[in-house]
Parts: sequence; structure tokens; C-alpha cells
Amino acid sequence: MMGLLGSKPVLAEELPVEKDELKLGFIKLTDMAPLAIAYEKGFFEDEGLYVTLEPQANWKVLLDRVISGELDGAHMLAGQPLGATIGFGTKSEVITAFSMDLNGNGITVSNEIWKEMKKHVPKGSDGKPVHPIKADALKPVVDAYRAEGKPFNMGMVFPVSTHNYELRYWLAAGGIHPGFYSKTDTSGQIGAEALLSVTPPPQMPATMEAGTIYGYCVGEPWNQQAVFKGIGVPVVTDYEIWKNNPEKVFGVSRKWADANPNSHLALVKALIRAAIWLDENQNANRPEAVKILSKSEYVGADSEVIANSMTGTFEYEKGDKRDVPDFNVFFRYFATYPYYSDAIWYLTQMRRWGQITDEKPDSWFHEVAKKVYRPEIYLKAAELLIAEGKANKADFPFGTDGYRAPQKHFIDNIVYDGHQPNQYLGKFPIGLKGKQTAEQAITASR
Amino acid sequence: MSEAATLTGEQAPETKEQQREARRSRFHARINRATPYLNVTGLGWIVPLMKIIGGESPKAQLGEFWRLLIVPLLAIGLFLATWGALAPQIQTSLGEIPGPALVGQQVVNLYDEHVEERLKAEAFYERQEKRNARKLAKNPDAKTKWRQYTGKPTYFDQIVTSLITVFTGFLIGSLVAIPLGVVCGLSKTLNAAFNPLIQIFKPVSPLAWLPLVTMVVSALYVSDDPMFEKAFLTSAITVTLCSLWPTLINTAVGVASIDKDLMNVGRVLQLTWWTRITKLVMPSSLPYIFTGLRLSLGVGWMVLIAAEMLAQNPGLGKFVWDEFQNGSSQSLAKIMVAVFTIGIIGFVLDRVMLAMQAMVSHGEVR
Repeated sequence: MMGLLGSKPVLAEELPVEKDELKLGFIKLTDMAPLAIAYEKGFFEDEGLYVTLEPQANWKVLLDRVISGELDGAHMLAGQPLGATIGFGTKSEVITAFSMDLNGNGITVSNEIWKEMKKHVPKGSDGKPVHPIKADALKPVVDAYRAEGKPFNMGMVFPVSTHNYELRYWLAAGGIHPGFYSKTDTSGQIGAEALLSVTPPPQMPATMEAGTIYGYCVGEPWNQQAVFKGIGVPVVTDYEIWKNNPEKVFGVSRKWADANPNSHLALVKALIRAAIWLDENQNANRPEAVKILSKSEYVGADSEVIANSMTGTFEYEKGDKRDVPDFNVFFRYFATYPYYSDAIWYLTQMRRWGQITDEKPDSWFHEVAKKVYRPEIYLKAAELLIAEGKANKADFPFGTDGYRAPQKHFIDNIVYDGHQPNQYLGKFPIGLKGKQTAEQAITASR
Repeated sequence: MSEAATLTGEQAPETKEQQREARRSRFHARINRATPYLNVTGLGWIVPLMKIIGGESPKAQLGEFWRLLIVPLLAIGLFLATWGALAPQIQTSLGEIPGPALVGQQVVNLYDEHVEERLKAEAFYERQEKRNARKLAKNPDAKTKWRQYTGKPTYFDQIVTSLITVFTGFLIGSLVAIPLGVVCGLSKTLNAAFNPLIQIFKPVSPLAWLPLVTMVVSALYVSDDPMFEKAFLTSAITVTLCSLWPTLINTAVGVASIDKDLMNVGRVLQLTWWTRITKLVMPSSLPYIFTGLRLSLGVGWMVLIAAEMLAQNPGLGKFVWDEFQNGSSQSLAKIMVAVFTIGIIGFVLDRVMLAMQAMVSHGEVR
């Protein structure tokens, strides 16, 4: 009313959105938070969008529904738009202009496995396990199981999920072979010492309790849930496997994005505001976010379970609570910018484990990354927000070429430079490189 | 039926005694007429009470009353007590299995959530009003939009959704099954042709149909402004596929077992085929058809919950699945509320069909 007198910026014109009633899908995980916050805080409505948020049964259903148009967009695994676009699994072009968060996963093993593993974990002067716990400690356990002829089963959430690549990375860094994919065998268990299979995140604890799997890699709150239920012990967070790794993205089908550019832009605007809200004033809003997330229509787990990781601590063994202030990052460190180098890291892992069956030149990696990751849309949204006075220019990496500086903080100390994917692939002792196929690599290692 | 009353009316002026007698017998006749309906609707325990009022021996009637109302109530009470005693013994990783008290608490909780959600919806509409007003203030010719609330469906919304879905599926199923059943019943050849197919498809679980239905609906139901949600269609068609068989089989049996004399009369009178169907076949096979419909609705309701659960389509099934996925300390109690809701609705649906069946088959319920 008094907009002319106050120093507040004038209310921005809503974008002329092509479609304003949107249905967005999500999986019940803490990192869907930007969606819940954008809804509850009215950021979607500010953009003139009427959004319905709908939890989905599993990642496959979610992706299929985005492709079929039943959902306008969704909280996705970073590998999903890439996997869909290159045709691993369902082939259809999916793009992303908004990266949802950094970190946020953990690897949990059952109590029984932990008891065995603990014998091989180095202890600090305080008698507590030294972190990060490496898979080297798990190797003797896996070997013992294999010697008895028992398969060592572990769960992850989807073939192209961050969790699959993180779990494989961690296992391989400790000398445990997680198995290859090939053209004919998409089980991902060729030559595997630890057999990985898919379980939907919310069912992870129950599946482990039933003894079907001995451990899993999943997002929050399902690691902390295992501690609360007393059925397992988180041994490592993905922050320790790869510091500040990109985790989820907000994906839409390319067809949808082409038909509704303004709706897409408005969505990204609302999501950026939500991300800012989640991280502002040193996470001051996190307790409120936890309360919102614990509602049954969002994550629905008990709020103390969600609070455990959202408020900067992480409980490993019962009682061993440590500070992990960056366990969930939603906006700091340019978390929401869709970096090409992030996309390329996922593509390298797809090649490393044989999901991409043939050798690809570096140029192919860059092309796919540019096809799927759309920073230009992101920056346009950021500019609009800055003009409206809702964001600071310094919080966005204007002028970047889309590649992060070479990243050093991996659990095996191998450096990743997004400009040279093939060179990076050559550095791994376990994994496909050059022209290798899964079968060749297995024979070579025998 | 009540000819006794009319007969007494034609006699010479009665004494008071006779009048009372007549009144009583009228009253009795009424009770007797109402009995089958009361029995069907589960209110059979009213009958002995009425009879006592009507002056019959209380002792025998109280026995009836005891059997019809008190015993079931006692059984329910006993069940609740056993459940309350045993539930806390079982510790799951989501806490103990909730007893009746906790479940009751969740009923209240769900109702509160429903109220809260409605308030949120009102706030949403208010904000929308304001936004539209602002738009118009800026530019009087601006196009304003009016959008439905986008929040979550409450528990009660989910119940309504499930009911609408099951009746849609049931209706489509009946529209397919009854004509097909009539045709199969009339012609031995066609019956022989359809029989193997019916036998093969009848035992198929809804969960097996679901992926196929989902894919087919996604492929065929393409429009920019769909009248129905895809999810709704998927659920409804799955219900149809699983629930039409009992109706189909019963209709065929009913039609096939029509009195041959009746059909012969139809031939002698040279009735048209259509008249024969509407005047002879349908009326005499109605009891069978309704038996089939009742079975179908029961199957449909059961199938629907499973379909909603698997396909994540809105409704009670999704509510159960979401709560299971939430894994909070209240989840189990909420799921139990849903279990009882599903059971009670199933029971009511069955009774409604039973009542309709009783109406068309003149009180004898097969």
C-alpha cells in the first residue's frame, strides 16, 4: 500500500506463466526441503504458481511420471536427468536448472556387521573410532562372508543415484569390488564382492532389519532412523567421501521446459528463495524447517530424527554424536548453481561402472552436461531476484565457466578436474577406463 | 399380507377388547413385515424390543435381544480388552503396537489435522483474493485467476476419493458384466466361448493388472485438459478388471436358470427379443445379478486399497502407504485407524448391497 514511501523494493510483476497449476513430485527425504519451504512460506504463490506437492513411491515412478507429464517437475537424483537423457534405463530428455543441495547422505551398516568391522577401525586417543571410517575396515568382513559362500548384500536407492556412486566409491576406495554393469547385464553385479541392489529410501531400515541387506547408502532421515531404532550404525557420511558433493536436482522434462519457459523460471526463482531461507543467518531457520518437514505430508518422520542432521550434528554409533555443520547445505558454496563439472562427475562414474558401456571422448561428456544442466535459466532467475531485492549478487557465481576448480577432498585423495573426465577415469585402480568393457576388466583383474 | 386387518374391519362394531386385539395384531403384522429389513440393516435387535412393547412374553424376547445386541457388544468389548492387553507386548522398531487408546487418540488427531488443513485452505483463498484485488487495482482489465487449494488431502478427503473411485470402477464393471452375463446365459455357445477367458482372468490379482493398466492409460488417455486424473482412471479401471467377474458369472448363471416354461411362453406370444430380455429375463434373474453385484463391490473395495497403495493414487491406500513410509512414532496408530475405517466402510457397503438384494428378491437373501 505504502510501497512508494517505504524503501522496500516495489513488488515485482509476476512472470506471465504459461501454466500456473503445477504438480511436483518428491521422495520423503530431508533434502526435499526447498520444495516444502517454497510452498509453506508462500514463495510459489508469490510467483503466481499454485503448486501441489506429491510424495512418490520410488525414484522410478517419480521419473516415469515426470516423463509422461503426470508431474510437472520433481526432486530428483542428480544422475536421473543425465541417465534419462543418455538413455540408461528410460530414454527421454530431462533437464535441470536448479541443484537442490550438497551432501546429506550416509552409509549405514547393521549392528552385527559393525561389531565385526569395529575390530579393524583405528581408535583415537579418546577411544572413539577415527573418522572418516574407510571401507578397508569392512573388507575383512566381506571376505569372511564370501569365504563362507554367503553373498554380502547392500542397498542403494537407484541405479543412477548419488548413493549408488558414493557407496561404490567408498567400497572401491577400500578395495571391495562393487561390480560392473554391461550391455547385457544391468544388475550391476558383474564381478562384485559386495552385491548392491535397489531399495526405496523409506524402506531401507525395515529391509536391513529383516536381514535382506547388511548395510545401505541413503539420504536422511533414514541413517539416523537406524540409530534411533537401534538396528544399525552409520559409519560414514558422504561429506567425508567427497566434501560438498552435489546431491539432488530439480528436474523437468525438456518438452515441458520448452513449452513453459516462464513457469520454469518462476519455479527456479521460488526454489532459490527457499534455499536462501534454509541457510540464512547460520541455519537459524533450520528448527522451523524441521518442524515443517516432520509433517506427515512431507517427510513425516519424527522431528527429533530429522533435526539430528538438519541442525548440524550427526550421530554415528549410539551416543557418538559429532558436529557435521555442513551435513545439509542448501545454499552456501553456490550449492544451487547447476555446475557442468557436477554433471560430468556423475557421467564419469556411469562410465567407471559400465552403465556407459563404451569409451566416450571428453567432448561427449561436455556436450551431455550442457544439454542437461541449464545454468542460463538459473542465472536469469537469480537476476530477477536480485532486481526485486530478494537476493544478493555475491551469492551467485556470475561469470563462472560452469566448472568448479579441481576438487581434492575425496576419501581416496584422488583429484577431480571436470575438464578432463577421461584422465580422471584413468586414476582409479577399480573401474573401467579407456576402451575397456566390464567383461574385459574382470578377466584382466583375474 | 395384512388381509386379517381388512377382514376384521368388516365385522359388526367391536368391543374395546376386540379393538385392542385388532390393534395389536396390526402392530405385529407391521413388525413382522419390517423384520427382514431391520435384519438386513443390522438393526435386528430392535425387533424383540418392539415385540415386548407389543405385549409378547418378555422372557423369550429378552433372550433374542441378548443374542442380537448384547453378545456382539460383549464380543467387541472383549476384543478391545485383549488387544489393549496384548498390543504393548509387541515392540517394533516404530515403538510398541498401539492399543485402542492410542488409536482413538489418532482419530482425534486426524480430525484436528483435517480442521487445520481447512483453515489453511481458507487462508490460501484469502491470499488469492488479495492478490487478485491487487492486480485489479493496478490494472482494471487484468485477467484474474481463481485456483483450487493446493494443500494435502486430509484423511476425510482420502475416504471420499476412495469411495468415488470404487463406485466408478464398480459402475463400469457392472455396465460391462451384466449385458455380457445376459448374453452368456442365453446362449450356450457364447457361454462356452467366454468361459475359459473368464476362468483365466478371474483369479488375477489387481497388482498384476496395475502396471498394464497404468501403461495403457498413459498411452491412450492423452489430452491437454483431462477431465479425469490419470491416477483416478488407473485405479478405477483396475477395480473394474478385478470386480466384474462375480457379477458376470452370477448373471450368466441367473439367466441360464430361468424357468423354461417362461421362455416358451415368450416364444408362443411371439414377443420381440428385446421385450423378452426386459420383461422375462431380467426380472427373473435379478436376485442372482444382485448377489453378483454385492460380491463385486466387496472385491472392488478390497482391490482398490491395494491398487492405491501400489500406484500411489490418492485415496485410503495411499494414506496407509505414506504413513508406513513416514515411519514416525504415530504411524502405526494412524495405519490402524485406516484399517478400521476400511473395514467399517466395507461392512457398510456390503449391508447396502444386501438391503438392495433383499428388496429385489422379496426378502429372501441368498
